[in-house]
Amino acid sequence: MDRFNLNSQLEHLQSKYVGTGHADTNKFEWLVNQHRDSYASYIGHHALISYFSVAQNECIARVKFEFIEKMLQPCGMPVPRDE
Amino acid sequence: MATEDVMQQQSKRLATYTAPSDVYEDLVGSDDEVDPFKERQGSRRLIDRQSEYHLRRLNRTISPDRNDPFAEGEDGKGDARSYADVMREAELEREEQRIRRKVEEIVKEKKEKAKEASAEQATTQKKRRWDMETPVEVKSNSEWSKPDEEAPISKSRWDETPRTMDEDSSMETPRKRSRWDVTPQVQKKSRWDETPTHPSVQMGATPVGNLGLLTPTPGHLVLMTPEAQRWERDLDARNRPLTDEELDAMFPSTGYKILEPPPGYVPIRTPARKLMATPTPMAGDGFVMLEEDRNQTFDLPAEIPGVGNLPFFKQEDMQHFGKLLEDKDESELSVDELKERKIMRLLLKIKNGTPPMRKTALRQITDKARDFGAGPLFNQILPLLMSQNLEDQERHLLVKVIDRILYKLDALVRPYVHKILVVIEPLLIDEDYFARCEGREIISNLSKAAGLPTMIATMRPDIDHVDEYVRNTTARAFSVVASAHGIPALLPFLKAVCKSKKSWQARHTGIKIVQQIAILMGCAVLPHLKNLVEAIAHGLEDEQQKVRTITALAIAALAEAAAPYGIESFDSVLKPLWTGIRKHRGKGLAAFLKAIGYIIPLMDAEYANYYTKEVMIILIREFQSPDEEMKKIVLKVVKQCAATDGVQPKYIKEEILPEFFKNFWVRRMALDRRNYRQVVETTVELAQKVGVTEIVGRIVEDLKDESEPYRKMVMETVEKVVSQLGAADIDTRLEEVLIDGILYAFQEQTVEDIVMLNGFGTVVNALGLRVKPYLQQITSTILWRLNNKSAKVRQQAADLISRIAVVMKTCGEEKLMGHLGVVLYEYLGEEYPEVLGSILGGLKSIVNVIGMSSMTPPIKDLLPRLTPILKNRHEKVQESCIDLVGRIADRGAEFVSAREWMRICFELLDMLKAHKKGIRRATVNTFGYIAKAIGPQDVLATLLNNLKVQERQNRVCTTVAIAIVAETCAPFTVLPALMNEYRVPELNVQNGVLKSLSFLFEYIGEMGKDYIYAVTPLLEDALMDRDLVHRQTACTTVKHMSLGVFGLGCEDALLHLLNYVWPNIFETSPHVINAVMEAIEGLRVAIGPATVLQYVLQGLFHPARKVREIYWKIYNNLYIGAQDALIPYYPRIEDDERNNYERYELSMWL
Repeated sequence: MDRFNLNSQLEHLQSKYVGTGHADTNKFEWLVNQHRDSYASYIGHHALISYFSVAQNECIARVKFEFIEKMLQPCGMPVPRDE
Repeated sequence: MATEDVMQQQSKRLATYTAPSDVYEDLVGSDDEVDPFKERQGSRRLIDRQSEYHLRRLNRTISPDRNDPFAEGEDGKGDARSYADVMREAELEREEQRIRRKVEEIVKEKKEKAKEASAEQATTQKKRRWDMETPVEVKSNSEWSKPDEEAPISKSRWDETPRTMDEDSSMETPRKRSRWDVTPQVQKKSRWDETPTHPSVQMGATPVGNLGLLTPTPGHLVLMTPEAQRWERDLDARNRPLTDEELDAMFPSTGYKILEPPPGYVPIRTPARKLMATPTPMAGDGFVMLEEDRNQTFDLPAEIPGVGNLPFFKQEDMQHFGKLLEDKDESELSVDELKERKIMRLLLKIKNGTPPMRKTALRQITDKARDFGAGPLFNQILPLLMSQNLEDQERHLLVKVIDRILYKLDALVRPYVHKILVVIEPLLIDEDYFARCEGREIISNLSKAAGLPTMIATMRPDIDHVDEYVRNTTARAFSVVASAHGIPALLPFLKAVCKSKKSWQARHTGIKIVQQIAILMGCAVLPHLKNLVEAIAHGLEDEQQKVRTITALAIAALAEAAAPYGIESFDSVLKPLWTGIRKHRGKGLAAFLKAIGYIIPLMDAEYANYYTKEVMIILIREFQSPDEEMKKIVLKVVKQCAATDGVQPKYIKEEILPEFFKNFWVRRMALDRRNYRQVVETTVELAQKVGVTEIVGRIVEDLKDESEPYRKMVMETVEKVVSQLGAADIDTRLEEVLIDGILYAFQEQTVEDIVMLNGFGTVVNALGLRVKPYLQQITSTILWRLNNKSAKVRQQAADLISRIAVVMKTCGEEKLMGHLGVVLYEYLGEEYPEVLGSILGGLKSIVNVIGMSSMTPPIKDLLPRLTPILKNRHEKVQESCIDLVGRIADRGAEFVSAREWMRICFELLDMLKAHKKGIRRATVNTFGYIAKAIGPQDVLATLLNNLKVQERQNRVCTTVAIAIVAETCAPFTVLPALMNEYRVPELNVQNGVLKSLSFLFEYIGEMGKDYIYAVTPLLEDALMDRDLVHRQTACTTVKHMSLGVFGLGCEDALLHLLNYVWPNIFETSPHVINAVMEAIEGLRVAIGPATVLQYVLQGLFHPARKVREIYWKIYNNLYIGAQDALIPYYPRIEDDERNNYERYELSMWL
């Protein structure tokens, strides 16, 4: 009972955050989260975004915008889950 | 030889030693079961504690289901009552009440007339007996005056006599449609009709069955109660048989014939037999037990089939759950019956079961709520809640059940809203705060589930109900609905109700709802304040006195809730309020004054001043009112007025104070607790305006009054005034009188009161240096009282010392204090723990003030006396003693020999497990001081030895103490010995060492960086140990260690430790796995998430689910803790034909 409780409590706590996973998370889901986190991180760190904009010869705002757009389906169409 | 024989015989006779026989008799005579406190203990049953008003809840009916007009697809079920039906019934009931009252009046009149005429009326026919059947042919002019059996409608629930099935089914007379008789015809197919002898009809799925059994008519209640004597109380006055006079008054004098009773008829007179004679549905083979002996519990089953062992099963449970005891083949039962039995079992488990049983049952009933359906569920739960024998705990549990299933049932509850309200509303006026909260929560959930229209439609008929109790609870329930749905949603309805032309009761209730909303929602009424005030404003000029009063009270509540904002919303009511106070007297005036009292503080200074002057004339007039309630309100209003800015001190001094003191500062006011408080508060408030001298000067003489409660009231006022305003204002003369009065009052107490103590302390502290001339006198009083026979007096005297010690020092009376110290020291043999605690407190304050070196008695004498006191188990003694010892250890350790300190260390170990946190903390600190004073070696030796003891708690305390010593004396003094101790091949000792290390690293934090390499081999060993606890404690140590040394360059050692921690992630024991997870978290902080991520990546997609589960858990922790930091470290994944997984941005290169 207690064991069940402790673990489930932690799991419950973790499941409240977007981006956490579980034993049945597949590669695609995991990577989608990684990509979104990455874009969020690039946008949040100004040094990075300016680096990318210089590298791509784009203005910062456009790079930012593109990152945000890419967050929608960063890895392409979802992989159908095999049940 | 002969003597020896005798001796032997004697010794034989004495082979068994027994107590004298009379002692035995005494013991046998007294029953072991007798609980001497039984009478003192309040009953657990609610019914025994609640007032008559609260018990009116039992008069309410759990009314039949209502129609749900919002239900989809169904257009008004035939058997459910619609809103119109209910309104009609309410109307009928009101009408009936009216007529009943009229009849009572007529009867009274008639009686008086009859008395006058009794002389001549001496010889007439034989009077009819009340319990005779009235002839059937009789034609009556009004329906309700007919006897029950013949009435085509039972117009009120009270009239309904429960009839047996047979009788009922034989009655073919067509009936008029009313809630009582509709149901039986519609529900003819109910199984109850087929099995008329069912024992527990009460729990039936069709509670509205032909019997109307849910109606708690008094007669019925009698059957429910096992105690037959209680029936009398429940027999409602309205249900009593009609007397001959009443019958005479009701029937026309002509056209009736009074029949002779049949020969041989003898009316039943004994109440118990009368009960049996009443034809009841239970008459068959009911489970109802009429035995009066409640102790006879042995024939109650310990185990209920399908429920298991219950901790208890009470006699009263039989009525509700008796059915479960029947041995029935479950396969023969219908689906409904099975469902009912299932619900019953779950409810019984919830009500009587052990906590685990209760928990699972509660979960089941919640999960299956929709399968069971609202009807079957509520039909069983609600009667239980109406039961006579309900206890707090049961009520709480059942209410919890309702709360849970409400969520699940949602809109399905609509037909049952009124039933639920009937049961839950009484909670809103319960004495218990938590019961009120529970009630509010349920009603709030209910109204969210059922929706506002249903709630209004359901509760509307109760708004002008005849019974004040019902209106009151309904108003409260409505306020909860308002808070659930928001005030704007309810506002149109409220406006309509408050303006109701039909009945003043409706207006009254409507306004009361507004009042309750204000009380319930507080400042949340502000956005709607204007609307609410306008909705009720006209009530101030209502023709009904009660409506005017409640309106004023509602305005008061609104103003209180809105304070300090919203004065503009009250503009419309200012005029009627201020003119009202000239028109009204008594209760109405009190309410108006209350409203004014709450509105004035909202005004700005100028207006407040003007309006205060206006109202003050009335207030001063009412100072003399003999009415207690009026006094309280007047005091409150004076307080509120005096607190506003606009009122000038001069005005208060001249106009208010003389009358105020004349009327309120009298002995009588001190006797009632609430008056007392109000007077004190108001006086303090006035003092804020007019200053200390004005007030204290007026009452100071009364400190010598002969009435003790009055002296107390004076003292409390002086204390409050002086503590708020200081004593700078007090001149020499007043100061003298004041000290004199205080000393008198203090000495003359017969009941030692904290008020006197506080007053004394506050005044002395406020006067400061000025109290020097009186100190001699005060000290002698204290000394005298320290010697008193009564423990309370001694305690108070000692407490007083600790209060005035600082002032004594300020006045330079060291010598006096030394004297007091010696006296207190001499009293350390005190046997009352409360007193001893105070004495120790006194000593501590003296030591604090005059310092260790000049303390008398000298510290080296004082401390040895304290050592044995440390053994005392009383909390107050322990706390004061450890405080004092700690103080000495901190400041004056050198005065005492190391031996003595060692002795104290032993005593302290026990105190580490005290219940009170303050004591434990003081003890731990004292350990540190002592170790610092005498060096850690000896203390440590003691402590390490202590690790070997068996008692776990003691070991835990010891580990804490070791860590403290290490912290105060630097870790290197302790660590070698501690680590050496780990070599002892004993689990307890090794665990103790690990635990000490864990606490140690927790306490020393950054300092740990110098020791981490030293302890690493030890931790390696512990993390590889077979024993779980070793690994667990070592993990905790690693956690504290890594958190302490974050950023200090110890990553190599920590990474090494991580390699030892990691294999433990597959542990299943909750404590171990928790410790492991925390260690990994700690390491994540110290060595960075990237490293830990590399470990985690190995198992995230492992083929074994068990492995993946724990790895994902660690990953999640990592992710939540360091989401952003992980970005650069995720592995590079190749695109496949379908998706692109590569994060190209990271490969950009300039």
